[in-house]
Amino acid sequence: MIAFLKLLFRNRLAAMGAVVLSAILILALITPLLPLADPDAIATGDRFKRPFTEGHLLGTDHLGRDLLSRLLWGTRLSLAVGIFAALIAASVGSAIGIIAGYFGGRTDNVIMRGVDMLMAFPYILLALAIVAALGPGLTNALIAVAAVNIPFFARNIRGVTVGLAGREFIDAARLAGMGHGRIILTELLPNVASTIVIAMSTTVGWMILETAGLSFLGLGSQPPQADLGSILGEARSALITAPHTSIVPGVMIFLIVMSINLLGDGVRDALDPRLRSGALTRPRAVTLVERRGNVPRADQKGLLNIQELETQFHVGPRIYRAVNQVSLHVNPGEAVGVIGESGSGKSVTALSVMGLVASPPGVITGGAVRYDSEDLLAASYDSLRAKRGRNVAYIFQDPLSTLHPLYRVGDQLIEAIQAHNRVPEAEARAKAIELFRAVRIPNPESRIRNFPHEMSGGMRQRVGIAMAMANDPDVIIADEPTTALDVTVQAQILSLLDDLRRERGLAIIFITHDFGVVAQLCDRVAVMYAGRIVEEGPTETILEHPAHPYTKKLMACVPELGGGKRRLAAIPGLPPQVHDLPPGCAFAPRCHKATDACREGEILLEGTETHTARCIHPEEELA
Amino acid sequence: MGAYILKRLLSAIPVLLGITVIVFLIMAMIPGDPATAILGSYATPENVAKINRDLGLDKPIVQRYFIWLGNMLTGDFGRSFSLNRPVFDEILDRFSATLVLAGVSFVLASLLGILAGVVSAARQYGLADKLITFTVIIGISVPSFFLGMMMILLFAVNLRWLPVSGMYAIYGGGDMLDLIRHLIMPASALAVVATGVIARLSRSAMLEVLRQDYIRTARAKGVDERRVIMGHAMRSAMVSIIPVLGIQAGFVLSGSVYIELVFQWPGVGRMLVDAILKRDLLLVQGGVVFVAACYVFFNIVVDVAQSLLDPRIKT
Repeated sequence: MIAFLKLLFRNRLAAMGAVVLSAILILALITPLLPLADPDAIATGDRFKRPFTEGHLLGTDHLGRDLLSRLLWGTRLSLAVGIFAALIAASVGSAIGIIAGYFGGRTDNVIMRGVDMLMAFPYILLALAIVAALGPGLTNALIAVAAVNIPFFARNIRGVTVGLAGREFIDAARLAGMGHGRIILTELLPNVASTIVIAMSTTVGWMILETAGLSFLGLGSQPPQADLGSILGEARSALITAPHTSIVPGVMIFLIVMSINLLGDGVRDALDPRLRSGALTRPRAVTLVERRGNVPRADQKGLLNIQELETQFHVGPRIYRAVNQVSLHVNPGEAVGVIGESGSGKSVTALSVMGLVASPPGVITGGAVRYDSEDLLAASYDSLRAKRGRNVAYIFQDPLSTLHPLYRVGDQLIEAIQAHNRVPEAEARAKAIELFRAVRIPNPESRIRNFPHEMSGGMRQRVGIAMAMANDPDVIIADEPTTALDVTVQAQILSLLDDLRRERGLAIIFITHDFGVVAQLCDRVAVMYAGRIVEEGPTETILEHPAHPYTKKLMACVPELGGGKRRLAAIPGLPPQVHDLPPGCAFAPRCHKATDACREGEILLEGTETHTARCIHPEEELA
Repeated sequence: MGAYILKRLLSAIPVLLGITVIVFLIMAMIPGDPATAILGSYATPENVAKINRDLGLDKPIVQRYFIWLGNMLTGDFGRSFSLNRPVFDEILDRFSATLVLAGVSFVLASLLGILAGVVSAARQYGLADKLITFTVIIGISVPSFFLGMMMILLFAVNLRWLPVSGMYAIYGGGDMLDLIRHLIMPASALAVVATGVIARLSRSAMLEVLRQDYIRTARAKGVDERRVIMGHAMRSAMVSIIPVLGIQAGFVLSGSVYIELVFQWPGVGRMLVDAILKRDLLLVQGGVVFVAACYVFFNIVVDVAQSLLDPRIKT
């Protein structure tokens, strides 16, 4: 509870709402104790006194009644009616929702159809019908407003209850012989309480506003009884001659509703865990680059050259070092594999190249990415955008989530072409068909009219590849492009990529967690662990003579076809959290060869010209 | 597509029936004797009997419902005793005024709301976002009827830019320009809350979409950021914005009750309030059913728009 309040008041607007609302509530509560004039004492001689006149702080109305007094008494009444309506709507609506959700089946069906019918009415219209039937009056207005809000609660609470009703603890309670009533009261109700609170906090403002509205129309409180709405309604006829009589109650309604809304938003944000982490921040068009220290000098390695790259995620006070001093390059026509478990930083390395790491929270804090010697991390947005897809293109893992679901695949391909070439639509379309053919999609002419959800996983990934090829890039970064596919399709996609590489002299960086894939496609391979490269070398050398114990373990994870019933070795333990790394080798806690020396100081990536490893007890000496 | 529209139209039938049942039941729960309620001090036994006969109140309730429903299907909504003319004629006259007001207001709210939400999301935590967020908080909290009154005070009384109330000027008015001048204040006052709600939702829908993988794909292709936001992201965000537009249309339509009173707009809302105060129940009943039915059809339009936008919806 205290944690909740802390969270709530960290939100400045919610705190402001709470302060204003408390002030109004306290005023309303102590109104009978204040030395106020009689709110109904008519003194026609004192009509329309302006505010700040003697004895009438806020002036008087058309019958000479003291406005301050009427305002406070009216506020009291409006608040009471609104809150009472909210309580009725919440309890009746929640009861209906829980019953529908808990019993399910036909009960649920009948109740929810009825609720749907009620929701088919434009909101206030239904309230008007109810008031029409019951007759004008504050109690009837209250009933009407409560009634039209019941469906909202019923629907929300039913949704939550349905989710809970199938859970084990409900079954357990049933098996323990508890009756329906007791299960609902002791097991379900406590669990839906927070939803009810959220729903109430977001609607009570509305209900106060709506009851005031009905009174304003003359359908709510009847004289001499006066809530804020009827005070405002009566003042309307004197709007032009004595505007203060309208402004005073109007501003009060506004303040009440606004403070409740602000507080309600705060309550919802504090209770809804999805919003709590600030998950809804928008990633920028380019990853934020805040390099500390010197930018590494250009060395003439490779077409694309990643130098001492550091990418971090800043989440609250924590810093996750997702990529730590990674250097990697690729030459034209070469395929380099980057391999590691999930969370090793391989994807973040790949996305950092073209500034595609979501930021916030991602920040590139060091290193350089050189394409043809130009440092991409220093490039302007426009120059980077011009290179995205044209010089360096990406193929992503799951084409169902990485293709836009609402655009035809052909249009997405045409867009990729037109992003870099101002060609007419028809020409781009012809090129798109040609690309589809190149990635061996059958019937390309009709296939380009498909939406992503109308294609199989393998076909979608071919679209992804075609899109990457659209502008004849020099480098393709493939981020686990075959992981979501089944094995036969995987093999087809790999051979397709290999063909394209040979035909067009592409440089490929291939991100994967699968040594089998690396063996099939890559000339060189870099093994990543906890954000660092732990071993790098020619694929064959590493496959035959892995130096780092982690590499060896990772290779043992690959089942060999026809290898018989060999037990698949999983690596014991979990990859470390990259915000809290121990000194020394990050793999030491999971390594059977680890000694005390492994757990202190920086271990360098050392070895021969072509084969290096970051280990002081390598499986094979590198000399 | 045609089949889908037909399907949605057919599915509206039970909803429309449900609406008539609900309205009928609400009217049937009138405490005491409706004839006495209608007649007030004129409730002599003969008059009560006549009214009961006229309204068919001497028949069993189920039979009464079907008679009423059958009459409505033939366009006979009964006769308003306070206006002494057929309810249906009165509703048709009044509804066009409401439709103009609510329609303009709804279009205004949708355009402004979506625009504000998109700008807000695209400039998250920037000055524009903070300004919009702040304005929205105020907008969704201010009672539309109070806002309308303040507008009259400022723009009509003090600045004399716009007419105080009504739909047309009494002398020399009646053309389009006159209508627009009369429409500006009520339509804006009515639009404010809906604009705020739509802006809020559009902002969060955009933020949600901008985090999706396919946005990263568009960026990786080298698509310009403006196009990423206005094309890719907005198209997806519309999928969650459109249903809210449908809900907000209901709020605008029924919220016009207040605005029509404040601005003396000759629409259905004011008719309903007058009818309630005069206990002209047939007029209330007919008006509510008619407006609710229109809203049901509007929601079908919304659903069809949604299915055009999102190919994943089975049509």
